Amino acid sequence: MRYELIVVGASLGGFHALEMLLGGLPPNFSLPVVIVQHRSSDSDDLLAVLLKRKTRLPVVEVEDKQAIMPGQVYIAPANYHLLVEEGHFALSTEPPVEFARPSIDVLFESAAEAFRERVIGVLLTGSNRDGAQGMARIKECGGITLVQDPASAESGRMPEAAIAASEIDRVLPLPEIATFLIDISTGSKVKA
Amino acid sequence: MTRAKADPDLEAVEIKLLLEGVYLHYGYDFREYASASLRRRLRDFVRSENLATLSQVQDRILHDPACFERFIVALTVNVTAMFRDPSFYLAFRAKVVPMLKTYPFIRIWHAGCSTGEEVYSMAILLTEEGIYERCRIYATDLNEAVLKRAKDGIFPLQFMQGYIGNYLKSGGKGSLSEYYTANYDNAIFRSSLKENIVFSQHNLVTDGSFNEFNVILCRNVLIYFNQVLQNRVHNLFFESLAPFGILGLGHKETISYSPHEQHYQVLEVGEKLYRRIT
Repeated sequence: MRYELIVVGASLGGFHALEMLLGGLPPNFSLPVVIVQHRSSDSDDLLAVLLKRKTRLPVVEVEDKQAIMPGQVYIAPANYHLLVEEGHFALSTEPPVEFARPSIDVLFESAAEAFRERVIGVLLTGSNRDGAQGMARIKECGGITLVQDPASAESGRMPEAAIAASEIDRVLPLPEIATFLIDISTGSKVKA
Repeated sequence: MTRAKADPDLEAVEIKLLLEGVYLHYGYDFREYASASLRRRLRDFVRSENLATLSQVQDRILHDPACFERFIVALTVNVTAMFRDPSFYLAFRAKVVPMLKTYPFIRIWHAGCSTGEEVYSMAILLTEEGIYERCRIYATDLNEAVLKRAKDGIFPLQFMQGYIGNYLKSGGKGSLSEYYTANYDNAIFRSSLKENIVFSQHNLVTDGSFNEFNVILCRNVLIYFNQVLQNRVHNLFFESLAPFGILGLGHKETISYSPHEQHYQVLEVGEKLYRRIT
């Protein structure tokens, strides 16, 4: 299979979007799903706990140098940047990027550079511009990019910013994103 | 965004050459830093020097020591806060302090102390627990510029409100403001707090052990190292810890991927406080 990693970015309204996205993936889903959801810097692991209720996939908050395994859902911890290296994660406490830590751009750019054409970038609802540069970088490095249809998003600004910044492969309403990911992971849509 | 368009393979070559050159000429070894975040800081540095490529940076650094000074500052991450992750300090008070109270003399190594906020936090905690006079804290960092600020013990007043909140959540027994004097925009910490602190330069990558310690704290430093280097530093910590000594890591760091996992016991679930058991 060509794809090996899915990275997902979400901000305002992201919790419900993530519930629906993860809820749409089957228990035998084979790709790792790595999520940055903007939230306050002193949040605990509540997001992972709540998302666990919506999916039968294992959901964990990432620790430094944790290995990337198939079929797992990984959440960026609050107040750390999450980066992808070949085969594992790395964390950083460097300053926020565009007011965000974790930053979607930081995750997406590192994923694009480590996994190149094997990455799928998914950008969901949000009211800022984070993720737009990261999506462009994924595209540049040969990966595939999906954004939530701005009209169907709780806040369309973040998807719109990404659409303005680079050529996006698919603009989809939320329910169709999970379907697309299932199809592409099982090889039934080999060509983006 | 011109740099983001760079060919990642060519950039990898440039990074390798630059870090090798820095190591050979200046002796600072960044070759086994975690690659993804290091790459981001290197790109920022290229921009801040108004240069186009890492190869140009290499030329300037090797011939201009002032540029190298800026490089060290740009490559090391110096984000810290007083009583950062308050639950860590709460667990330290509950689980570690009772053990330390049984010792006649206590040596603590704070490795990678940056500007010192967490060192003063520990000095305050130990003072409140009545054991500070029996302690010696060795606070080290590779970066001389931040060490100097740590020695001064003067922090921006604007951060104190947040630190007071952390202090209270960390189990503070008094009021943080008892420990500093406000002077214009600064909070100047009581000099009695640094009586038993030794600040000195130490590079975890290239320097060895220098004592035997009852406690080693190294929080959010190892995240900037790759696994090979992390393992080497864990060897150094293990060798430097007294039997039943305590190792404290950052909130999202773990001993689990190191070769020494089985040599430690978790002291408090959810906190990165480990006790050496062999």
